[in-house]
Amino acid sequence: MASPSVYNGSGFDFSNVTRNSFLEGRGLPLPKATSTGTTIVGCVYRDGIVLGADTRATEGPIVADKNCEKIHYIADNIRCCGAGTAADTEFTTALIASNMEMHALSTGRKPRVVTAMTMLKQMLFRYQGHIGAALVLGGVDATGPQLFTIHPHGSTDKLPYVTMGSGSLAAMAVFESGWKPDMSREEALALVAAAISAGIFNDLGSGSNVDACVITATQTDFLRGFVKPNERVEKERRYVFKRGTTAWKKEEIKNLVVSETVVGHGEQMDVS
Amino acid sequence: MDHFPTSWGRPRNEAIDAFNTYPLHQRPGHAPKTDTFTDGVQRTQQPIVTGTSILAFHYKDGIIMAADTLASYGSLARFKTIQRLHPVGARTVVGASGDMSDFQYLQNQLDQLTIDEFTENDGHDLGPAEIHEYLSRVMYGRRSKMNPLWNAILVGGKKDNGERFLAYVDLLGTTYSAATIATGYGAHIAIPLLRSAVEGRENEITEEQAREIMTTCMRVLFYRDARSLDKFQIATVTDAGVNISEPIKLETSWNFAENIRGYGAQTQ
Amino acid sequence: MPDGSFAQQPQQRQFNPYTENGGTILAIAGADFTVIAGDTRQSEGYSIQTRYAPKVFRLTDRAVLAVNGFAADGNMFVKKVKQRLEWYRHAHAKDMPLRAIARLIQTMLYAQRFFPYYVYNILGGIEEDGSGAVYSFDPVGSYEREACRAAGAAQALVQPFLDNQIYFKNQMAAAGQSHPLHLPLSDVLAIVIDSFTSATERHIEVGDGLEMYVVLAKGRSSQGLDGLRGAQEISTTNDGDRVFVIRRELKKD
Repeated sequence: MASPSVYNGSGFDFSNVTRNSFLEGRGLPLPKATSTGTTIVGCVYRDGIVLGADTRATEGPIVADKNCEKIHYIADNIRCCGAGTAADTEFTTALIASNMEMHALSTGRKPRVVTAMTMLKQMLFRYQGHIGAALVLGGVDATGPQLFTIHPHGSTDKLPYVTMGSGSLAAMAVFESGWKPDMSREEALALVAAAISAGIFNDLGSGSNVDACVITATQTDFLRGFVKPNERVEKERRYVFKRGTTAWKKEEIKNLVVSETVVGHGEQMDVS
Repeated sequence: MDHFPTSWGRPRNEAIDAFNTYPLHQRPGHAPKTDTFTDGVQRTQQPIVTGTSILAFHYKDGIIMAADTLASYGSLARFKTIQRLHPVGARTVVGASGDMSDFQYLQNQLDQLTIDEFTENDGHDLGPAEIHEYLSRVMYGRRSKMNPLWNAILVGGKKDNGERFLAYVDLLGTTYSAATIATGYGAHIAIPLLRSAVEGRENEITEEQAREIMTTCMRVLFYRDARSLDKFQIATVTDAGVNISEPIKLETSWNFAENIRGYGAQTQ
Repeated sequence: MPDGSFAQQPQQRQFNPYTENGGTILAIAGADFTVIAGDTRQSEGYSIQTRYAPKVFRLTDRAVLAVNGFAADGNMFVKKVKQRLEWYRHAHAKDMPLRAIARLIQTMLYAQRFFPYYVYNILGGIEEDGSGAVYSFDPVGSYEREACRAAGAAQALVQPFLDNQIYFKNQMAAAGQSHPLHLPLSDVLAIVIDSFTSATERHIEVGDGLEMYVVLAKGRSSQGLDGLRGAQEISTTNDGDRVFVIRRELKKD
């Protein structure tokens, strides 16, 4: 029987907070979290929403992932782009996706974007910015196309075109000079690709490819690798080490083939 | 909304500031440094009355540069008819963002320099490359005395061999040149637009097109930079010399706001 | 605050005379040549200031200097080194030898011991005996002659690669063979290009363009440099050591 002190509640575990703040006070730096550096955008067009994201994840000045996915699933008709601490955006969107599914099942209706938005802002506000998730939430529901940004402290914006992340200014410049109401799907996709490209080429925190997602009342198209302007170039040399060039200190050969005899006892299970 | 890019995502040094909640001047790169001599060193200033971005790029006939006419006092739009583009000699224009009193001091120095050069009467004059070299030495010298002139400056013009010249120098003495340069928020907002509009087409863009591109960028900056104004001036340097326009009023559109209701779940 | 206090820390702002402008440099010495290379991106924070700002400079026909760190200090330092070399030329009617330039750079850096040039220098070229040489410096003048060195933003990515490929660290010679003492120019150039394309993939501050300077000892064959794509000779004389520059594009994201 487990004693009560071993019990772990649901949600975050704060048991190391005191220790960590003590260690921090003694000058021990906190481990680095992977960030999505990021340019993420969304825009409203005639038939729905187009979301866009770059695919670079960074750890400080180092590229941690050259082709990560920043457009997260919330519901069939709702997607969410995440900037900020990678783990926070992934867990937060996954949690809200689960809750949205539960909500949809209990209400028996197609989920609404405002519901996801409200869940996200309430959760982020509760954690006072310690969950470093900056989100662009978009989708089409019974009330039409909806587009929001949600900041790490829980504030939200509702606008026809939005950007987030370190490349937000570059992308917003493209929107401010190119967005117009009632664009076609092609126009909206081209504008989103241009906005993400502005981030990729002008912001060091963003890079690699353009992902896009088009959401309409009837379907959702996720265009992974919509534009790939940064393919890796071929190396000048091949770096295969010849056999025998790795030093070794001892040799040990183990026989991994095991033979065993199974002896039956008691009554055979009835498998008939 | 905090538009500064380093405020988003994982900060550059989370050992110091895990969520980038510090103001800009307190970021790790600008963090106060203290040592044995700190108390003996003279305190350095901070900018007081400031100008925002300067934009400039190459085009077919020369260099085009733009600046709005605002000089801010903190968040107060204090002076609304300040000229931040300054002609030097016959084929150079200097534009400055940052502290306006430091810029006016530099204008004075540059004017004096031009007069001294003129009175030499030796058949030489100072072009943009020389003005930029002079400014970069002054700026680097002042930063090395820990008493900087708090500006980011663009120098543009035509060299005596007819080549275009455009370069940057700031309060640290950092210099560089490129076909498109902007200071302040312009470096984040206007540069992406300028690079895609100008780079590779420097020898094709006409003056009319250049003014169009510049106006678009100034408009976007007015939409997004809270320390900017919808009144700006354009300077061009061509073989014909320096031309600085009268203040131009931007045409803006806010129609998109008509259909927005609230910021979240509100519908009315 | 961890201790529960929310009191404002006393705020004080002081001017910081330094910044970092990204980029990476490296140099590799061969038997009778040296390659000195650097990318051409200059950045501050998350912004690219320019896609072309040279970090590698020809000093003489036998010496090339690469500077990396705080760009304003770097440019000023190169300017002063060039000035000292010109004075030397006027006084002695010849170019300063490489090892003398190295010692000059040391004294110039150490002179600023208490307000250092925030710059990592790599000097490459040909010694008076005709051998390729690389000298690397820290910001206050400690220096050493080496066969190869990387410095700058992606030093931690590139140096281990060079240790393995140039010094053959952690790599035994194949049976019946021995490691070569020096690699041929074509191999060195390939390693330099691969170093920079790799650093561009994984370091956000490296990219845009690559400039490789090759210093060739007097009287040696051009080792295929003449026909190489993007190669250009920038020597001032025909009868001494020769300098070439090779430019390549790097990814711009």
